[in-house]
Amino acid sequence: MSRNELRNADPPLSQEPLLQEELRGGQMWSRVLRRGQRLRLIDVAGGASVAALFYNADETTERYNMPDTLKAQHIARLTEGFVLYSDMGRVLCSVVSDSVGWHDTITGHAARRHSDRRYGSGSYQVLRNDFFRNTRDNFLTELGKYDLGKRDLVANVNFFVKVAADLEGRLSWVPGHSPAGSHVELRAELNTLVILSNTPHPLDPSPRYAPQPVALEIRAGSPATPDDPCRRSRPENERGFLLTEAYFA
Amino acid sequence: MTLSDSRLDPARASYDVTLESGLGWTHVLSPGQIFRIVDLEGNQAVDTLFYNAEDESERYSAVDTVREQGNLYLSVGTQLLSTEGRVLCTIVAYTCGRHDTLGGACAAESNQVRYAIEKRYMHSCRDTFLLTIANETRHLSKRDLAANVNFFMNVPVTPEGKLTFEDGLSAPGRYVEMRAEMPVRVLISNCPQLNNPCNGYDPTPIRLLIWAAPSGH
Repeated sequence: MSRNELRNADPPLSQEPLLQEELRGGQMWSRVLRRGQRLRLIDVAGGASVAALFYNADETTERYNMPDTLKAQHIARLTEGFVLYSDMGRVLCSVVSDSVGWHDTITGHAARRHSDRRYGSGSYQVLRNDFFRNTRDNFLTELGKYDLGKRDLVANVNFFVKVAADLEGRLSWVPGHSPAGSHVELRAELNTLVILSNTPHPLDPSPRYAPQPVALEIRAGSPATPDDPCRRSRPENERGFLLTEAYFA
Repeated sequence: MTLSDSRLDPARASYDVTLESGLGWTHVLSPGQIFRIVDLEGNQAVDTLFYNAEDESERYSAVDTVREQGNLYLSVGTQLLSTEGRVLCTIVAYTCGRHDTLGGACAAESNQVRYAIEKRYMHSCRDTFLLTIANETRHLSKRDLAANVNFFMNVPVTPEGKLTFEDGLSAPGRYVEMRAEMPVRVLISNCPQLNNPCNGYDPTPIRLLIWAAPSGH
């Protein structure tokens, strides 16, 4: 069966979203995606950077694990067909659709010190709700709503961001990576607490603080079927899905 | 690839132990102390975490370390950065070419994913970390086990975004040496992994040495 035939089993995009929201530039967001639900992120204006963290909503000590995700799939990037592993050998989310081809997960996120250095202070006192929010402060704020904190802040995913390494390991920011209208869609395989921050990446060389709006769409759906492309992309993922199903058995 | 020898004499170390594979170890370094890990028999991965000993919610951050130095691999001069962007330790000498910080620690659960569902019984670094922090620390728990350093481990990343586990570049007697830049808790699992070449399929002991801070530090 070809990948396209397999993908036809997905709920059609014409399916009305359960929920549509816009993330303003600088905004944070969180929600528990129920197992099977889908979250689509759309880079409306191009050049977006959405930092994301993932937790098992039923047991938040289980969380996205960057090293396990990379080494299980022999990758240093995320795109369609790959999955996000927790530290417990289970799949938190699958990347079911992606127009960009590379989402970063090895370069972390900006804190206040990065933001101050590059953009200046941009205080609330002066700018009101256009103030210069940074990813770390957004993460800590949003995590706090679930009684999570610094100890829970692990290596994150940076959707729409590409930082490539050369053969010596030297890292470089890839400009113009995500054109306007780009999207990535996740399917929750556990009940997954998703934390998002629509804030600039620390390697983005732009001197101006100008994060653009990102559209979110949540749709109903079902967990991965036995012939799911993410599941069948490699034997490791088949085992990851078996362990995920065993958790709900 | 630049290697750099140390002039420190093991006979003058204030601390000197050998740690078998499959065991954990934790110790607090004072600022200025020099810590050396010796790969006694070669090709041994040493999974290592670092914490601010005075506030363990501040810990080693792999992603901050690689981003701020602009390179994926750790070498002489690398500052091991914390989640607060501060320097925990600086690598001051090594005689082995490449250290990894993306591959993380092996775990019973990830071994099931990577190798076979039946591998759950096998010993792993995460189990070593959990037992060591349960027995020897007061406040650390699984939440504090973030992405670690794998000294002597070779995990190349390609420009196309692939990641591979390759034979280590280490050899018997090779070592890495770092200087503590703040009070630092070091947590080590001497890796027991038998499923991939990170230990040459034969986990072996390491030697851990500490020297006092040079006077005037």
